[in-house]
Amino acid sequence: MSKILKIHGLEKTYTSGSKELTVLKDINFEVGRGQTFSIIGPSGSGKTTLLGLCAGLDQPNGGTVELCGVDLSTLNEDERAALRNQKVGFIFQNFQLLPTLTALENVSVPLELQGNRTAASRAALLLEKVGLGDRMDHYPSQLSGGEQQRVALARAFCNQPEILFADEPTGNLDEETGEKVIQLLLDLNKDAGTTLVIISHDLDLAARTQQIIRLKGGQILSNQPTSTVDYE
Amino acid sequence: MNKLRTISGVFWLFKMAWRDARASYTRLLLFMSSIVLGIAAVVSIQLFSENLTNNIQRQSKALMGADFVIETDQVPNEDVQKVIDSLNADASEVSFLSMVAFPKNNGTRLVNVRGLQGAFPFYGTIETQPENAYQQLMQQDAAVVDATLLLQYQLQPGDSIKIGAITLPIAGSVESIPGSNAMSSSVAPTVIIPYKVVEATQLLQYGSRKEYKYYFNQPEADLQALEQIIEPQLDRQDADLDTHVSTSRRLGRRYENVGNFLNLAAFIALLLGCVGIASSVNIYIKEKLAAIAVLKCIGASRKQSFLIYLIQVATIGLLGGIIGTAIGVALQGIIPIALKEFLPFNVEIGITLQPLITGIGLGLIIAVLFALIPLIKTYYVSPLEVLRSGKSSKVGVGAQISIAIIITAVLFVFTYWLMDDQLNALGFILGVGFTFLILLGSASLMMRLIKKYFPRNGTFTLRQGLLNLYRPNNQTIVLIIAIGIGTFLISTLYFTKDILLSKADLSETKSTANLILLDVQPDQVNLVQETIRSSDMPILDNIPLVTMRLHSINNKLVSDLRVDTTTTIRRWILNHEFRTTYRDSLADTEQILQGEWVAIHNPLETVKISISDNLAQDAQLTVGDPVVFNVQGVLMETVVGSIRQVDWTNLQLNFSIVFPDGILENAPQFNVLTTNAATPDQSARMQQKMVQAVPNVTIIDLRQVYDVVEDILNKVSWVINFMAFFSILTGIIVLIGSVRTSKYQRIKESVLLRTMGASNRQILKITAFEYFSLGILGSLLGILLALISSYLLALLVFKEPFIPSIIPFAVFLPAISIIVVIIGLSNIGNVLKSSPLEVLRKAA
Repeated sequence: MSKILKIHGLEKTYTSGSKELTVLKDINFEVGRGQTFSIIGPSGSGKTTLLGLCAGLDQPNGGTVELCGVDLSTLNEDERAALRNQKVGFIFQNFQLLPTLTALENVSVPLELQGNRTAASRAALLLEKVGLGDRMDHYPSQLSGGEQQRVALARAFCNQPEILFADEPTGNLDEETGEKVIQLLLDLNKDAGTTLVIISHDLDLAARTQQIIRLKGGQILSNQPTSTVDYE
Repeated sequence: MNKLRTISGVFWLFKMAWRDARASYTRLLLFMSSIVLGIAAVVSIQLFSENLTNNIQRQSKALMGADFVIETDQVPNEDVQKVIDSLNADASEVSFLSMVAFPKNNGTRLVNVRGLQGAFPFYGTIETQPENAYQQLMQQDAAVVDATLLLQYQLQPGDSIKIGAITLPIAGSVESIPGSNAMSSSVAPTVIIPYKVVEATQLLQYGSRKEYKYYFNQPEADLQALEQIIEPQLDRQDADLDTHVSTSRRLGRRYENVGNFLNLAAFIALLLGCVGIASSVNIYIKEKLAAIAVLKCIGASRKQSFLIYLIQVATIGLLGGIIGTAIGVALQGIIPIALKEFLPFNVEIGITLQPLITGIGLGLIIAVLFALIPLIKTYYVSPLEVLRSGKSSKVGVGAQISIAIIITAVLFVFTYWLMDDQLNALGFILGVGFTFLILLGSASLMMRLIKKYFPRNGTFTLRQGLLNLYRPNNQTIVLIIAIGIGTFLISTLYFTKDILLSKADLSETKSTANLILLDVQPDQVNLVQETIRSSDMPILDNIPLVTMRLHSINNKLVSDLRVDTTTTIRRWILNHEFRTTYRDSLADTEQILQGEWVAIHNPLETVKISISDNLAQDAQLTVGDPVVFNVQGVLMETVVGSIRQVDWTNLQLNFSIVFPDGILENAPQFNVLTTNAATPDQSARMQQKMVQAVPNVTIIDLRQVYDVVEDILNKVSWVINFMAFFSILTGIIVLIGSVRTSKYQRIKESVLLRTMGASNRQILKITAFEYFSLGILGSLLGILLALISSYLLALLVFKEPFIPSIIPFAVFLPAISIIVVIIGLSNIGNVLKSSPLEVLRKAA
């Protein structure tokens, strides 16, 4: 299986005053195309920082990130943005919809950025698929949390990404709604054959992916197939 | 294909800008309104200036009444008369100041008598009531009298006017004469009489101030040749030639200065609006940073994110420009009304393209320019914000400096374009920058001081109110700048008006002159003195006056200096007829700066004169320099013996040249006497007697002059008030804009407080305290800055002691603070009326 994400010797430190804080240290792993993947760990373990680096939202202090066959360190900010637009999808804990855009507009933006003339019709199709066909003209503030996350799902799959990053996708939802959203995410992912990287501290959610990385104190504790993980 | 992608890319940017603006259009409109009034002011003044220039050019002949005119302040000598005869004058005039009496009610008044003959004016008209009054007076000996004067003295056509030795019937009132405005005739109103009766008045005696004018109706004349050949000839003979073109040029320059002042006042209003734009866009963009990070996360480039918001700002700038320009066009009709008293003609209103383009362009440029500082943040915001807020990259120092340089450069270029003078433009930019910096520094200092000396034991409402002044997204700096600038402008206006009025003020003591009697011939001195004393009034001064002109300065002939283009001696020195005096002591208003005062002339030495410091500077003379005067045809050699400082601001008789006793006693001379009238009635009675006894004596009533000065200042301050209105209203809009921009944050905080149990009264108190602090500090700073600048004006420019008016402190300070509190409280009206849940949902 070819690799869509290759992480090698990744390091990230932050400077706070005169102190240097190492958030990630010597991170190495690879994700195969079409694989579902979880990164789990307690708060402060460096999960979100790792996701930011993998998706090219931030730059590491050391090591390399190869996303979709491209070494991210060779790209500038705009080139990384273009890569994300073409090949990456995102789902966030707090949905991150654009508050001034309707559901339909939110979903169509990634395709519009590509200059795709069928953006609106594809966005409408996806909204129908996530069960929001009758809420297309609603603004985020007029939608419930679950509905907002479904719009975010539609947006994430709109540009047919090669890889999708989900940061605590159910973190702001109640259990029932969260389950519905996760099922939808996994269904959509299966249909599209997208690589899925989920960041969560929810072990049940992680268990539904094929591979799990455990992070602690900025280092990888384990990286193994879900079937071999000892949940005790 | 690429082109298509580019077009669709640009289209998408506009679409995104529109989508994003939909939810915030009321706020964007409020940003826009910050600049609308400033643009309106600039456009209306620009249009007015253009109209004025066009009118002056179009009406140049009507302004003069002729194609060209030759002027001289003495009876033309042989050479001048030859020129006049050779050019064949079509009309002539002699004008002089004189007292006149109205037998109907025994009224007396100083007037400007204009004796006219010929068909003047050849262009424009002398407007009279009845319409044929001027033609009537030319056919039969009569007078037309200034309309206001007729009203003041309740006179009607058919009544009579006594001018010197003759009494004429009044044929009507004169409403307007080519080339003169309402203001110029306020001190000495005009009375027109036929030229042929002037001699019979017996008023043109030695020492009388008079002016002869010869008007020419020659449309085909080569005016350039006249200016180049004839004018220098006349100049040498102390005469002058003016063409309608040169007069309109001079007039244009004079009103250009007025235009510059009005333009700058308008520009200040616009700058204030710019502060509003910068501050409002700053908060607006801050709220958008999260959305921009999301956009970048899903693939938008830095340029695209920046352009979306740039398009929004440019659009509101453009709209502001269009609306401001439309208001400016509507307002331009008011400006000629505001300036009516200062204009010698009716300004015909028209619309020219350039001010319209300026207004719209200015709206666009100024909005984008001042929004650049906050806008640039959109370029630098990191997509990582979607994961962790507060991680946005900082704007580089280089980018900030570049923007500051661009803003300063554009402001300088625009100011230079308005003023057409690099130094003045630089001074203006520095002055405005300094004022902004002081207000900004004071606001920052206040926030630091409150933080440092925070009253931890104060009441809950006091602490919350004070906290609001320096917590994130506070509006302290922008509100203090807006309030401070507005208050500064109106306070400066009041203080300056006070200085100007106190300058013309008359001390009401018996020892200070308030009546000056000019042109008293030596044989009339006794009679004049008796007349004054018989009215129970004192003789305060009896000063002899001898008129003379400069013949040579430092051994250089004045006639040579007039044609010497390299000389730096001021021109007026070479053409001026000096009214000098002689005495043995210094006056109270004088002080010797250099040399020694000579009381009595030593016949063995050259005459040592004393000159004023301004004359020494303009004539480039110092102690010991030789000066030759032409005293009525006799040359008199003198040297500068001393240089005096003279307090010209004193409304008493001051002289630039003073001779010692013992030299001019036998020269042709006349006297000036001063006296003090305790009441206007006493003054009027004495004037009636004086006009009867010695009609040629001119009486200047300083009380009337003071009234005229006050009237002029009131009219000027009306114009300044009119311009300040733009700044004040803009200040209020910026205030409302700034307060509204932080509305949702304030509401959320107030609702949280309410949820936790705060009463409406407490919330009101917190808000009122916050805005009252801002109002009082902003207005106090504005008044203090105005106090400093007015004090400097009084000290350096007017050289007057400065006693500040109480009005800014007693009226502006509380009034502005209350307005600020009202605007602030209006912001939380929703919170007080609605339930916390309702408001929280709305705010979400």
